[in-house]
Amino acid sequence: MNRSITDPAPLRWGLTLLALVFLGLFVALPLAAVFSQALAKGWQAYWAAIREPDALSAIRLTLLVAGIAVLSNLAFGLAAAWAIAKFQFRGKNILVTLIDLPFAVSPVIAGLIYVLVFGARGWFGDWLDAHDVRIVFAVPGIVLATIFVTFPFVARELIPLMQSQGTEEEEAGISLGAGGWQVLYRITLPNVKWSLLYGVILCNARAMGEFGAVSVVSGHIRGQTNTMPLHVEVLYNEYNFAAAFAVASLLAILALVTLAAKSLLEWKMRRVYSELRVEANPEA
Amino acid sequence: MRGAWFQRYSILPGFWGSLGLSMLYLSLIVLVPLSAIFLKTASMTWPRFWSAVTSPAVVASYRLTFGASLGAALVNAFFGFLVAWVLARYSFPGKKLVDALVDLPFALPTAVAGIALTSLYSENGWVGRRLAPFGIHVAFTPLGVLVALIFIGLPFVVRSVQPVLEGADREIEEAAASLGANRWQVFSRVVFPIVRPALLAGFAMAFARALGEYGSVIFISGNMPMRTQITPLLIVAKLEQFDYAGAAALAVVMLAASFVLLLAINLLGSYSRKFMESP
Repeated sequence: MNRSITDPAPLRWGLTLLALVFLGLFVALPLAAVFSQALAKGWQAYWAAIREPDALSAIRLTLLVAGIAVLSNLAFGLAAAWAIAKFQFRGKNILVTLIDLPFAVSPVIAGLIYVLVFGARGWFGDWLDAHDVRIVFAVPGIVLATIFVTFPFVARELIPLMQSQGTEEEEAGISLGAGGWQVLYRITLPNVKWSLLYGVILCNARAMGEFGAVSVVSGHIRGQTNTMPLHVEVLYNEYNFAAAFAVASLLAILALVTLAAKSLLEWKMRRVYSELRVEANPEA
Repeated sequence: MRGAWFQRYSILPGFWGSLGLSMLYLSLIVLVPLSAIFLKTASMTWPRFWSAVTSPAVVASYRLTFGASLGAALVNAFFGFLVAWVLARYSFPGKKLVDALVDLPFALPTAVAGIALTSLYSENGWVGRRLAPFGIHVAFTPLGVLVALIFIGLPFVVRSVQPVLEGADREIEEAAASLGANRWQVFSRVVFPIVRPALLAGFAMAFARALGEYGSVIFISGNMPMRTQITPLLIVAKLEQFDYAGAAALAVVMLAASFVLLLAINLLGSYSRKFMESP
């Protein structure tokens, strides 16, 4: 490369060092702190904190809530992407903007809206009370708030990709006599599987780690409505730091696994989708 | 033909089903519950609304929330640009790992980030211990809020600037250099203008994200009234006192602020597209 546009070595090293110091201070150090604090009282205390009944019930609740949130946002994401990417209709841009709306809303507000609707003094508070249904300060509220904050993840991965893939393959399938679901399973889903998985992984990470929205609607009932992040908060506020960091370390491991899967999928997607493009226009 | 004015004809099935399902789900989960905030606020009289959103504790929380968010977004604009530059232009051992770690603030639950930063920056933490002799206290001060918001917003600028730097045509730089521009002139007159829209967009996204942040801040801030309480915390406090209308009023103010920011991001987006398309 032309020397005149390559930075001189001292500048290169200086800038790289500065960037690494910044990332070390703000990213690597907090991560290291989680694990070192978690093991501050040794492995036995670590295991005890994780296997304690309240921690186990928090882990179970987190898995349940994330499972429901991911599945329902996956179904929604597919439906929305099918309508938006495969058809031309009026008001499409408004729909795309509305789908991204939850990312612009503070998690606390995401929790607040369900309290306003379903809380004791909310719209349906009296009716729910009369029928003995609990939504806020119970699992359904946690599920709703989690679905809200993870709402756009799958849809926003699928929509641009399915738009770029066009409708020719699906139209060929239909004109050769395949049904709608057959086209979905045999043509559309295989074409988007890596992006779909990518969206699901990001959705799951956020669903398991959500704190603000869930904290507003949960009521913090130990062993009943505490998810893992809420259990971390409870332990931390009780000055039980080693136990708090032990549960937090599980969430940190989840974050690291998510990052690894994300990098792997990004690499895979670059390869697969560039192959698809080459197949589409071989002369390019 | 049914709805021809609305939808262009296609032989593919499932349009009304998939659109209907998406609209229903979007309305039930997002639109109707969000409208509750505005309806609840509309039930307040104007003087009550005004006093709820301008009480001294609330105004102090705006100052902290907006000030720290702006500060964090500025720090991230500078260091995010630096990190993007280093990742896009240089090579060094472990670069792939560093690149992946940049996204950690997206993946790490905010409560975990909050307690980790608090333990680092408290008086006897790894970092706080070294700052205390200089009289710098981070945990339980407004500075702590800034640190948490820097962490949360870190990936936005990097991830919006990095692809632009990687995709930029180096031949333009060579042309500028061969016409006699020095290194600094090439950067400030050629490279920076190409990256500027992405940098502004990343800055605005980091700013918007910081405004609403809750989980990572409440641990490190100490939540002292008038001093280190952020606006989302006051919403939670009002809810805990069953002051639903007051909480909704604050939420309306925050949503209005995010809306203005989102509008700015979209305008920047269309500006940058126009900029890139123009010859």
